[in-house]
Amino acid sequence: MRQEDEHVKTGIVRRALLAAALTLPFVGLAATAHAEGERFVFVSHAPDSDSWWNTIKNALKNAEKDLGVTVEYRNPSTGDIADMARIIEQATASNPAGIISTIADYGVLENPLKAAIAKGIPVMTVNSGTAEESKKLGALMHIGQPEYDAGKGAGERAKEAGVTKFLCVNHYITNTASVERCQGYADALGVELGGQMLDSGQDPTDVYNRVKAYLTANPDTDGILTLGPNSAGPTIKLLRDTSSASKYKSFISFDLDGDIAQAIKDGIMEAAIDQQPYLQGYLPVVLLAQYARYGVMPANNVNTGPGFVTKANIALVEKLAGEYR
Amino acid sequence: MAEQPAIITDPKPAPMRDERLAHQSTLRRMMARPELGAFAGVLLVFAFFGTTAGNTGMFAADGAMSWMTVSAQLMIVAVGAAILMVGGEFDLSVGSMIGFAGMMIALPTVYFGWPVELSVLFAFAGALAIGFLNGLITVRTGLPSFIVTLASLYILRGLTIALSILFSNRTIVSGVKEAAGDSIVTFLFAGTIGNSFFVWLAENDLIDRLPNGDPTVKGVPMVIVWALALAVVAHVVLTRTRLGNWIFGAGGDSNAARNVGVPVNSVKIGLFMFTAFCATVYAACQVFEFGSAASDRGLLKEFEAIIAAVIGGCLLTGGYGSIVGAMFGALIFGVVQQGILFTGVPNDWFRVFLGAMLLVAVLFNNMIRRRVTAER
Repeated sequence: MRQEDEHVKTGIVRRALLAAALTLPFVGLAATAHAEGERFVFVSHAPDSDSWWNTIKNALKNAEKDLGVTVEYRNPSTGDIADMARIIEQATASNPAGIISTIADYGVLENPLKAAIAKGIPVMTVNSGTAEESKKLGALMHIGQPEYDAGKGAGERAKEAGVTKFLCVNHYITNTASVERCQGYADALGVELGGQMLDSGQDPTDVYNRVKAYLTANPDTDGILTLGPNSAGPTIKLLRDTSSASKYKSFISFDLDGDIAQAIKDGIMEAAIDQQPYLQGYLPVVLLAQYARYGVMPANNVNTGPGFVTKANIALVEKLAGEYR
Repeated sequence: MAEQPAIITDPKPAPMRDERLAHQSTLRRMMARPELGAFAGVLLVFAFFGTTAGNTGMFAADGAMSWMTVSAQLMIVAVGAAILMVGGEFDLSVGSMIGFAGMMIALPTVYFGWPVELSVLFAFAGALAIGFLNGLITVRTGLPSFIVTLASLYILRGLTIALSILFSNRTIVSGVKEAAGDSIVTFLFAGTIGNSFFVWLAENDLIDRLPNGDPTVKGVPMVIVWALALAVVAHVVLTRTRLGNWIFGAGGDSNAARNVGVPVNSVKIGLFMFTAFCATVYAACQVFEFGSAASDRGLLKEFEAIIAAVIGGCLLTGGYGSIVGAMFGALIFGVVQQGILFTGVPNDWFRVFLGAMLLVAVLFNNMIRRRVTAER
């Protein structure tokens, strides 16, 4: 009996091994048919210190998990766009299945991105840059927020609230997109931008005092637009310190953070313009992966913003702010 | 084992040996050179990336060009920093000088309509004048050059931002490429040489081709040519001329050098000017390659240049070092910086690895040098 048992056992083991050996190639085949494990490179222009990009990094991590691909996030540590060009050249040399890049400065990035496309690497552009620039490069798609339209959307809300004279607090005046935001707002109101855009600088103390000086000098201002947490935070503090929030018919900011969420809940701020950066990280990876596997690609660009965060939907947004929102 | 070295080192009787001189074998003399450690570091770095990133495209033509360009760029400023360190001084304004020189080229070209050649000459003249000032203040006041050039670091960076806003209302001045057209300076700073050679390589399948048939690398970019040319000039001056001896003297013990008649002040001022010249070459290569100058160009490059020089065996105290070493230092830095990207290390850990690799390279370099020269 024992002997037989042994025989049966070894027989089973053998058969199992044989079955495994026979099916293994098919398992391998199935995997190659889907060509999983593609490698993509995401190149941003943001310096290491820019925490806004954390949401995008989290989106990339989720996309990696959901799709079984790897995404390398790269950025020039000081935010120097010339260094960013070198990173794109490096990425091109490493033959990834796709490159996702911002168009922080078309002139500088034109050659490296065109070289990547010439090498046959699919390129998608996200965030900074315009749909026209993306098309000129020959990229597959641009995923971002049209800045002018976003500013205009904010301006339309302000117009409804009855704003006639506004202040646009610009903490990033060197970026052309930032000026477009203020311009769109002014156009929606139907007024000249003129001196209503304030170069506030990045330092919180500077922003606070410059906004204070402007609002004191222009007491008939009744609308405020801030271009992000850097200019919103000190402005919110100023309105709290002077209890003057009710003087302004509309106070809208770009982007989200804890301070802005709290200000919306407290009724100091009307709305925040959310460009939903999560989508700018997640979507290009999804689309490039499908493109690499099945050659499919939508024909249109994707506008991830403007979405507006108001008191009505702040609860969900706040829970995820900084992580996925 | 014991008798063998004697046979090798002293095969024939040497009748006129001066017993006051310690005997050194050629091998030992070679090993005692300042660049030796850096060379060993280069081997180590290549061995590391050869095993971890060997099949990622890092050593394909375009991959290699990527780390060579970054290394060459750094080499340009590292050569200036190294020869100045041998001369006993520091220049922390190199990074700001890169930004400022770029603006000196872009602003007149784009906003004043100057011919681009004139703007380039203007930028070089301006940079040399600033280098002269740095040097003059340092030697006249006797203040550490660390402090003097730290002031220039802020002043130049500030001027770059202020002037670009004043004249153009923006901090990125583009349009240089269009203004320059096919002027000689475009080729001089952003052209490529040996293009037909690379086409030949591609035709013979020695390097990869693009889908349209062009080689993946067009040619050797001028930034590499500049780096090598500057390095050769600096190396020859430092090791083969009287000026070179003066530089070592001025850096080793400036009082002693003065006492034997070395014009220490002029030598140092000249070195500051050379450093500024190197920074301007760096800036010009970037401006003409990318077609724009930006006020944040060159941020932190002064430290990279000094790091490359120190990896290459220059002493922070002056009087010792080599250009070849600084070249190896720049190569280590460039290869590590780009190579890490090829290995696919997550970005959050990028700087940790960069720092660790550099530390390992420097420690290794230091260990080899001490062991060989029996220094303490």
